[in-house]
Amino acid sequence: MSAAVSPGTATSRPATRSGSRPKRHYGTHIFLTAMAVMWLIPLVWAVFTALRPIASTNEHGYFSLAGDFNFDNFIQAWSQGGFAKYLWNSVIICVPAVLLVLFFASMMAFAVSRVSWKFNVTLLIMFTAGNLLPPQVLAAPLFEMAKHFQVPYSFSDSGNMLNTYIIVIAVNMAFQMGFCTFVLSNYMKALSADLTEAALVDGAGIWRQYREIIMPLCRPAFAALATLEVIFIYNDFFWPLLFIQSGDRLPVTTAINNLQGEFLNNYNLLAAGAVITVIPTLIVYLLLQRQFVAGLTLGSSKG
Amino acid sequence: MSATARDLVPPESRAPSGTPAKRVGSGKVRRLSRRDKVVLSLMVGLPTLIQLVFIWLPTVMSVGLSFTRWNGLALGDIRPAGGDNYQYISQDYPPFWPAIQHNMLWLAFLALVATPLGLLLAVLLDQQIRGSRIYQSIFFTPVMLSLALIGIIWQLFYQRDNGLLNFLLGTSGTPQAVDWFGDSSINIWAAMVAATWRHAGYVMLLYLAGLKGVDPSLKEAAAIDGANAAQTFFRVVFPAMRPINIVIVVITIIESLRAFDVVYVINRGTNGLELLSALVIQNLVGEGQVIGVGSALAVVLLVISLVPIVFYLSRTFGRENRA
Repeated sequence: MSAAVSPGTATSRPATRSGSRPKRHYGTHIFLTAMAVMWLIPLVWAVFTALRPIASTNEHGYFSLAGDFNFDNFIQAWSQGGFAKYLWNSVIICVPAVLLVLFFASMMAFAVSRVSWKFNVTLLIMFTAGNLLPPQVLAAPLFEMAKHFQVPYSFSDSGNMLNTYIIVIAVNMAFQMGFCTFVLSNYMKALSADLTEAALVDGAGIWRQYREIIMPLCRPAFAALATLEVIFIYNDFFWPLLFIQSGDRLPVTTAINNLQGEFLNNYNLLAAGAVITVIPTLIVYLLLQRQFVAGLTLGSSKG
Repeated sequence: MSATARDLVPPESRAPSGTPAKRVGSGKVRRLSRRDKVVLSLMVGLPTLIQLVFIWLPTVMSVGLSFTRWNGLALGDIRPAGGDNYQYISQDYPPFWPAIQHNMLWLAFLALVATPLGLLLAVLLDQQIRGSRIYQSIFFTPVMLSLALIGIIWQLFYQRDNGLLNFLLGTSGTPQAVDWFGDSSINIWAAMVAATWRHAGYVMLLYLAGLKGVDPSLKEAAAIDGANAAQTFFRVVFPAMRPINIVIVVITIIESLRAFDVVYVINRGTNGLELLSALVIQNLVGEGQVIGVGSALAVVLLVISLVPIVFYLSRTFGRENRA
């Protein structure tokens, strides 16, 4: 895997090969088209359902083309369903978590890859292993730790760390840190030793080597990891489910599970909520597709 | 000066070169300045502390709590219970063995259906075919979605009365209509299909990267030796992707142990959808909190997870450790 992680290959996907003439693959095309259609059906069905008012589907049935098509369900989900708030909650969790995880992981990665000392491989193994554990293994102690960590009521209305964004951010950050450290350390290992050697000759300390030499060179890796982590943390369902009890503080990925109960028998509204939840990831994907794909393949250790 | 501190030497300063910028003492080895040592200990210490507090301490505590009886209220109420919790889950806890079976079924399904499907898609798309990028984007779309959302989207597709699948099968509104997520004899299969939707795209992406990394001359050599396409793939290309294959094996196993979101969204992991991860949570939340039982289940999950984790770590770091 470390071979896959070199600065050169991090973001540049190999260009489509040119030269040999394209062959005809009718069978392949038929198979792939059939698979692609099957792949799209669930998504298209959700969008189709979301675009139809419940009055239309009640009258004509869900499996029909009759009736109106409009964005009423989206508007209702956004204003009454609380999606504006849930998306904002996701932002509150995602942004600090991604920034912190990259900050800490980059320092750790620097220390284990650019400085040679006794326990660097041991620590790197510990970090990587932590990321591979099923989150449920940690759930009970983390929940009890948060519950028994007393804080003033002015800080948290539960009197402890439950029901706060801070615990969700902290645990997400800790859980993703191993993965980011692993990827970044492989990336930094591939950078030439001469770079910091020259700085050392100039009398640059560790912090300057990290901040002014290695960090700027890791920009492609940061772009890929940041994109990936935004999507991972946005998509995280479990930690808010464990720590946050008030429904109005949930991020959108976890909130939609509650709406399943609330929107009972209004599948149109549920579908609209699902589509709204997809939109941010879709935007990130369309804008930063290259970074996202690079991140996934460059850290293909992701469990 | 401890041994650790003496080892805190940038690798490049090991070889004598250039003018030494800083020499401490008589200059046997160029050591880090005091300030650099402080900076480095912070750079290592803070992330390590976070990992220990939020990952490894809870893991150890899970093991500890699994040998206790506790309702999760006052810390003073924790009572030692020996192996009672383990005895209870293995003998008197009805969902335990179904959950183990379902986790194994989940693994088998991902390993025998989803992963090979992703590999097949990657191999087909790696050829020079028109529209390869469009196909890739389509197959890749579910990978961006959370498994919770996938549960919701498939719920719309699978419902008994208004779901598309029953309309397509012509059973909608009839007594034969299948409640794909509700019927305990088939809902695990329906859930695994939904999980495949995502897993196959992920595997495809990783194998596409792997296939691009295979030296084309290997294929050409095999073709000259008279190997057909299948032989070339299975005897030459596939073995050449060994590093990616290991990653895929590990991901497949770990995903099957982590499977949680989909079943939790459907029915919290009950009625045919019992999985170890869901049972852990059922014992932690809700009225009768039985932390000890939940922790014992978590430890079972942990022990099983350690198999692929250790396998992967020894493959990845084994070489470096020996060096």
